[in-house]
Amino acid sequence: MRSYPIFKTMTPSLQSTTAQLSIQNVSKVFYGRKRWTDQLLGQTSEDFLAIADINLDIEPNTFVSIIGPSGCGKSTLLNILAGLSRPSTGVITINGEPIQGPGPDRGVVFQNYALMPWMTVAENLLFAIETVFPHLSLAEQKDIAQHYLSLVGLNGAEAKHPHELSGGMKQRVGIARALAINPQILLMDEPFGALDALTRGFLQDEVERIWEQERKTVILITHSIEEALLLSDKIVMMTRGPAAKIAEVLHVPFPRPRKREELDQYPHYHELKAAMEQHLSRETRAVEAARVGRSR
Amino acid sequence: MTQDLLQATASRPSKMTLNTDQKAFILFLTILLLFLGFWELGVKLKLFLPIMPSASQTIQDFWFWISNPFFDDGPNDKGIGLLLLTSLRRVALGFLIGSAIAIPLGILIGLSPIVAKAVDPFIQVLRPVSPLAWLPLGLALMKDSEKTALFVIAITSIWPTLSNTIFGVRNVDSSYLNVARTLGASRWRTIRRVILPAAAPNIVAGLRVSLGIAWLVIVAAEILLSGGIGYFVWNEWNNLKITSIITAILIVGLVGLLLDRLFGLLQTRVSFGQRS
Repeated sequence: MRSYPIFKTMTPSLQSTTAQLSIQNVSKVFYGRKRWTDQLLGQTSEDFLAIADINLDIEPNTFVSIIGPSGCGKSTLLNILAGLSRPSTGVITINGEPIQGPGPDRGVVFQNYALMPWMTVAENLLFAIETVFPHLSLAEQKDIAQHYLSLVGLNGAEAKHPHELSGGMKQRVGIARALAINPQILLMDEPFGALDALTRGFLQDEVERIWEQERKTVILITHSIEEALLLSDKIVMMTRGPAAKIAEVLHVPFPRPRKREELDQYPHYHELKAAMEQHLSRETRAVEAARVGRSR
Repeated sequence: MTQDLLQATASRPSKMTLNTDQKAFILFLTILLLFLGFWELGVKLKLFLPIMPSASQTIQDFWFWISNPFFDDGPNDKGIGLLLLTSLRRVALGFLIGSAIAIPLGILIGLSPIVAKAVDPFIQVLRPVSPLAWLPLGLALMKDSEKTALFVIAITSIWPTLSNTIFGVRNVDSSYLNVARTLGASRWRTIRRVILPAAAPNIVAGLRVSLGIAWLVIVAAEILLSGGIGYFVWNEWNNLKITSIITAILIVGLVGLLLDRLFGLLQTRVSFGQRS
């Protein structure tokens, strides 16, 4: 087990661990059903190449967003990074070490929050902390939980069960849980996708604020151009699937801390936004065209 | 202005309108009284066989059994409370034994496809067997009616709990499992802290059904064995005391209802908004 950095000073920005991430030639094939039993039942399906030959290097302390049309394999890529799914080809290395499976060096924030409904907010965090740092005393574990709950602004909600929380509050717990294990890399799979626009904006601001304190390597899957521009250092634009590839990587040169209301005054904001809109609408239109063609 | 409007709407229900519950209760009372009236009148007019007691006589006897539940005048003459305690003890013990087999086995089957395939034929063959068919086997093996009762109830209690536990364990939301995997939780920790609590609503639903069936079966088993409320029913039939049989039927029903409600409460306790 990794040891927890000196925590008691309560200034995690100084000790926050982070990592260099490298994705090399990663592709993922979902194999179709082709056994003779499937053929007998007429239920065969073709192999599906979701992502093809993804190459990407991410420097430490970088906030990277991955954006692309629906069904382009963004989540497939994130699942591979999380170790929940194996790449068909290629390797992913963290600080030069290839990843073998899931592990607490990567914290994952799930789109559907994935909080355990039978645990209170505090217990959800403690479950993660106990699992990753079993050698810490209970008091230390509780301190960590408390710290991250206040970081996401959920003081006083410790004893609530998830079904008593709003969607936005649930995702704050999800973020706190992912951060509480002090991962080197934070993976977020459309974390605000299920939230209403107002809550989404509010949580984006929170993530920006938290990231200023804990500059981890972050990979964020998103649909939202605004979200990507507000939060990212780099934006990876993916093409449509099947065989989705990286079309272009944009650098976002805005100074930090960023303010949502001042975003459009930064230089290059409008060019970046236009480039992303153009890319997304072109890819989405192509997806639709392909779908119409297939059904005919 | 708004104040007036609010008052106008607020005062409306105070007229003599009844809500659904009240209407249902009145209908319930009407049905009950009609039934009792028909029963009483039918006996008075000799519409039924002479063995049929009147409603008033049955209510009197019911009251006799209820008001003095714990007398003990020998093996064939006990108060209904003592009889119920005997039956409840057997059901509780048998149910505990059955659940102690069904829950761990269900978890194992739910987790391991190999065990599932290997054990499935046994389950498929044994599950449809009437619990009472096990009774002679129990008597032969245990040579004791008390142990045989526990044996029959234990076997009865296994099946619904077993299938619900398997279902619950197999259908744990994959996102909970993904959380455990990304944290690097051990297999055992995942089972104990994630799979079991996630399956708990299903397991308790299975226990609830099992207990209901165990309560059905104990009456039948005790008719064949001895002691308890089932034996009482059969004994009173031999005494041709129909009022006692009707009393026993009502009491068995009420106790069954109570047991079911208890497990209903437990079910909401382990659900946490997942299901209710």
